[in-house]
Amino acid sequence: MQIIYWLLYYYNNNNEAGSGAAIEQPLRRTLQQLVVYAAVKSSYQFVLMIEVKNIIKGFGDKIVINDVTATMQTGKCNLIIGTSGSGKTVLMKCLVGLFEPDKGEIVYSGQSFTAMSEEERKELRQQIGMLFQGSALFDSMTVEQNVMFPLDMFTKWSFPEKLKRVNEVLDRVNLKDANKKFPAEISGGMKKRVGIARAIVLNPKYLFCDEPNSGLDPQTSLVIDKLIKEITIEYNITTVVNTHDMNSVMEIGDNILYMYQGQKEWEGTNQEIIFSKNERLNSFIFASEFLQDAKDMRMLEMKGKIDNNRDMDDMMK
Amino acid sequence: MTFFTELGRYLLMIKGMFSKPENMKVYWKEFMHQCNDIGIGSLGIVVIISVFMGAVSAVQTAYQLVSPVIPKSTIAQIVRDTVILEFAPTLVCIVLAGVVGSKIASELGNMRVSEQIDALEIMGINTKAYLIMPKVAAALVVIPMLVVISGVLGIWGGRLAGVASGILSAAEYDKGLLASFFAYNVFFALTKAYTFAFIISSIPAYYGYYVKGGALEIGRSSTKSVVVSCVLILFADYILAALLL
Repeated sequence: MQIIYWLLYYYNNNNEAGSGAAIEQPLRRTLQQLVVYAAVKSSYQFVLMIEVKNIIKGFGDKIVINDVTATMQTGKCNLIIGTSGSGKTVLMKCLVGLFEPDKGEIVYSGQSFTAMSEEERKELRQQIGMLFQGSALFDSMTVEQNVMFPLDMFTKWSFPEKLKRVNEVLDRVNLKDANKKFPAEISGGMKKRVGIARAIVLNPKYLFCDEPNSGLDPQTSLVIDKLIKEITIEYNITTVVNTHDMNSVMEIGDNILYMYQGQKEWEGTNQEIIFSKNERLNSFIFASEFLQDAKDMRMLEMKGKIDNNRDMDDMMK
Repeated sequence: MTFFTELGRYLLMIKGMFSKPENMKVYWKEFMHQCNDIGIGSLGIVVIISVFMGAVSAVQTAYQLVSPVIPKSTIAQIVRDTVILEFAPTLVCIVLAGVVGSKIASELGNMRVSEQIDALEIMGINTKAYLIMPKVAAALVVIPMLVVISGVLGIWGGRLAGVASGILSAAEYDKGLLASFFAYNVFFALTKAYTFAFIISSIPAYYGYYVKGGALEIGRSSTKSVVVSCVLILFADYILAALLL
């Protein structure tokens, strides 16, 4: 990146100063091409933040992830969905490096994660935040200490600076007056929010959420979904969410990856999922009659055949 | 899993502990916290065991020394050497294997099962260095201190019991304590203490760190870690005695 900046700086300076004559024409053209290439290349990398290339992962004889290729985009909520045992969690654990893929490559912003040394991975991991299914908060620490922990470990800030940042992120996840409480003293929804606060305290570039709504009531689930979506846009990060929750799929699924028996079965957006003809996907997403009816209704709405502000009394007749 | 696979994984865990700390201040804080947990947390039981251990050995030695030819101060010599050579390091460390070992194994096991270790890994922290190294280092610092305290209290317990039960006088006991004292015995006791401290901290850490499953497995690994630690302590006790005495 530094080379790109240097080239841009050099190119701009020569143009602005009108000293272009000092540079030979072919050299100037080459430099121009290089700057354009670098700019295109860098923007390409920023758009395609995480690339999964032909990942294969097995345990013993059983192949759990079979040749999965996908792209997780920046500023969007990338959802991995699928039935239990379809390989969602294993794929996510491969993405964050908790499992080593047998074959294939994982690329973070153009850098191959699979080829990185342990030290390089440690550096990259400081740009990763993760919300675990069970929140994974440290039991012996208060909410404040939990959120402050990454700052303690990776910054040399003074205590007031760290406390200011902790209060900022706790405020961002709408959690006030809980600083001195222990994880055992707060509700499941609050634990998830503390988990999110801890994940974003170091301003990560990537956020991973493993079943963020598990064990939560529908209303709290919506709050957590909304929060994840807002944070993704606000911080312009690449968010990967592993979920079973159909509300999440419809609410925040900018890019959805449907896994079936370890393979990528379908990929698209929450708008496209309604019109998908994929039978496996449909039987998974719209499993109940109620959801099937809701889908039909949404399809008609989107096609403009039903007024969004329909009178429910008329419909009941 | 074969013995050699487990041994290899244990050695790799030990190797993994030695890496540059991400933040020395946080590691130091954790080290001090562990020193407090292992040292202060076990002090009570060590004091109780040591006093009674010395008292019982004084009474039982007196019971076996029936010959009038042997001076009573010999009881103090026997109590001193038994406590320093065997009781203080070995018995106390076996008790500590239960107290400290089960705590380490269950703490790490719980962290593993509740994904707290994964959370640390993803933050970019070397979990072996952050979670295991301070425990092992704290054990190496604190357990020899506990052994020294145990030795002193054991000898004092013997004196207390000897005088209280009228077996021998305080003066006779003190005379016996000073007779034929070899400083090498203290060195031997401390060598054992350091060896056992490493076993007490690293074996349960291994079983806790690599636990798989749920609450039941945490309990099992905790029990297994205590059993393995105790067996290894006795084995190391014999090896050290054979090599150093």
